[in-house]
Amino acid sequence: MAQEYLEFEKPIAELEKKIEELTLFTSSGNIDLEEEILKLHKKSDQLRAEIYSRLSPWQKAQISRHPNRPYTLDYIEAILTDFIEMHGDRAFADDPAIVCGMAKLEGMPVVVIGHQKGRTTKEKIFRNFGMPNPEGYRKALRIMRFAERFNKPLITFIDTPGAYPGLGAEERGQGESIARNLAVMSQLKVPVLTVVIGEGGSGGALALGVADRILMLEHSTYSVISPEGCAAILWNNGSKANEAAELLKITAQDLFQLKVADEVVEEPIGGAHRDPRRAAELLKEAISRNLAEIRNIALPDLIQQRYEKVRRLGMFDEL
Amino acid sequence: MAWFKKERPEKLGSEAPSKKVKIPEGLWVKCDNCKEIIYRKEVEKNFKVCPKCDYHFRISASERLPFLVDEGSFLEVEDGLSPKDFLNFKDYKDKLKSSRKKTGLKDAVISGEARIGGHPVQIVVMDFNFMGGSMGSVVGEKITRAVERAIEKKTPFIAVAASGGARMQEGILSLMQMAKTSAATARLADAGLPYISILTDPTFGGVTASFAMLGDLIIAEPKTLIGFAGPRVIEQTIKQQLPAGFQRAEFLLEHGMIDMIVSRKDMHGTLAKVLEFFSNA
Repeated sequence: MAQEYLEFEKPIAELEKKIEELTLFTSSGNIDLEEEILKLHKKSDQLRAEIYSRLSPWQKAQISRHPNRPYTLDYIEAILTDFIEMHGDRAFADDPAIVCGMAKLEGMPVVVIGHQKGRTTKEKIFRNFGMPNPEGYRKALRIMRFAERFNKPLITFIDTPGAYPGLGAEERGQGESIARNLAVMSQLKVPVLTVVIGEGGSGGALALGVADRILMLEHSTYSVISPEGCAAILWNNGSKANEAAELLKITAQDLFQLKVADEVVEEPIGGAHRDPRRAAELLKEAISRNLAEIRNIALPDLIQQRYEKVRRLGMFDEL
Repeated sequence: MAWFKKERPEKLGSEAPSKKVKIPEGLWVKCDNCKEIIYRKEVEKNFKVCPKCDYHFRISASERLPFLVDEGSFLEVEDGLSPKDFLNFKDYKDKLKSSRKKTGLKDAVISGEARIGGHPVQIVVMDFNFMGGSMGSVVGEKITRAVERAIEKKTPFIAVAASGGARMQEGILSLMQMAKTSAATARLADAGLPYISILTDPTFGGVTASFAMLGDLIIAEPKTLIGFAGPRVIEQTIKQQLPAGFQRAEFLLEHGMIDMIVSRKDMHGTLAKVLEFFSNA
C-alpha cells in the first residue's frame, strides 16, 4: 500500500523521500551514507513525534479519515481469529458498508459489527465510502439479536462519514433503521463494547454505538456534524472546517472530557496508519481488558448501568 | 373545448408571482401552499388548516396543544431546565435569546400531562419556532423525563415531533440525546406501555433517527415533510432531481414507514380512539 501524506505531514514526506533516495544511492554505489541515513531517520522520527504531539482538531479529523488508516476488517484480522462473515438483513439486501460476523478474541467467541470503508477506488465504491443504507443497519440489528440469542459479547467498530443520504435510503427508512438500533442496543442482553477507530459521523455512527464501554483511538473523531458541514451552515463556507472542528469538540480527548468516551486508546507515533500492527496490539489490549470488566457485571446491573451511562449525558441549567 | 387537455403537473411553490395585492396586516393570510389569500379567522376556525387546499400551517406547540388534548386538561410539567452554551459556540447565546423572545419558551419542547378522551397521558410537543425545533440537552432531557414519568405513572406516552434534527451548537452531547431518548422509549416498551408518535411538518435528522420513529403507532399530519437527510443534501449527493412528493407523509405511508395520516381536526378523536383500545384490560 502506497503511503499517502496529509498536508501537514509534508515535511515528513520530504525527509522520507530523501532517505529513500540516499538508501537507493548507497545500495547502488560504493559510497556509504549509512550514518547520514541514520541521522535523517532520527530527524524524521523527531519531526513526526513533534507534529503528532500538537495536532489541531481539524488535523485529527483528517487523520481519522486518512486513506492508509486501518479499517474494521484490518482490525478484525489483526485482533480476532476464526472470523466468519455474515451477510444480509433478510429483508432487502446485503450492505457492504457494514461488515459483521462471529469471531474469537483470545479463544473466546465474540460477535463483531463494524462500518467498512474501501481502500481502492473500486472498493470505495463497493463499500459506498463506509456510508450505510438502512439494510446495513438492519443487518447489524439482526446480528445484535444473534449475539443476544447465543449470549456472546458484542464488539462494534465505528468508522463512517455518516449514514448515506440517498433516495433509496429515505424510501427504506434510514431514520427508523438508526432509531431501532439505538433502542435495541440500549437493552441488549449481552456485554457491548464500542471502539471508534476512525471517523464517527453523527447518527450513522451512533447506530452502532450504544454500549457499556466506548473506546476511542487517540486520533479518531466523533461528531454530530462534519466540520465541513458545520462550517457551511455557520459561514456558508465549507473551507472554514478548521474553525468548525475547533468549536464542535470532536477529538477523542474532547469526548473523554465530555464523558462520552470511557477511554482513549493510544496509537503509535504518527498514527495507526504508520504502524497498523502496533496499533492493533494496543487496541487488542484495551478491548480485552474492558471486555473482561464488563463481562464480570451481572446482566441486570449491566443493562441498568448502560441506561444510566447514556441517561446522564447532556448539559443544562436546572432551577 | 379542446380535444386534448394539456395536463400541467402541479408543483409546490412554482406559481409565478402574481400581481401585488395589498394585504391588511393581520386580517388576511396567504396559504404557503396554494397561495390563496384567506380570511385569517377562517383559517383559525379551521384548526390552522387552509380551507382551500388542506395545507396544514406550521403551528407553535402552544397553538397545537388545544387541538390534541381534552379542554383544560393540560398541566405543564415545568422542569426548570434551560439550555447552556457549554461549548461556547459561535452565536449560540444570541440564538437562544432571540428564540426565547420569539416563542416565550426556554427551549424547543413543551412537556406535561393531560387527558385525551378522558385517558391520562404524558405528552411532549416540539416547537419548530425555537431554533428549528432542534434537539439539544434540554429537549432530550425533557423528553426522557416525560417518558420516565409515563413509566412511573403507568400512562401512555405521546410525542409530537417538529424538528430539523440535532442541535449542532451542543456538539456531541446533542447527538447523545438521540441515544438517550431512544433508550427511554425502549424502557417504556419494556414496561408494556404504549407510545404514540405524531410527526408534524417538518421532522428530520436526529429526531427522525431516534424517538420519533420508535412509536408503537406513528401518525403524521397530511403533507408533512419527514426524512433523515434533508432534500437539498440528497439532491447534492445523487445529483438528480427528487420525485414530486418525496419525503411527504403520503410518500412515507406508501413506503410502509408510518401507520396513518390524520388531519389536524381529526387528531384528538383519533388519539382518543387509540387510547381507548389500550385502556381496555
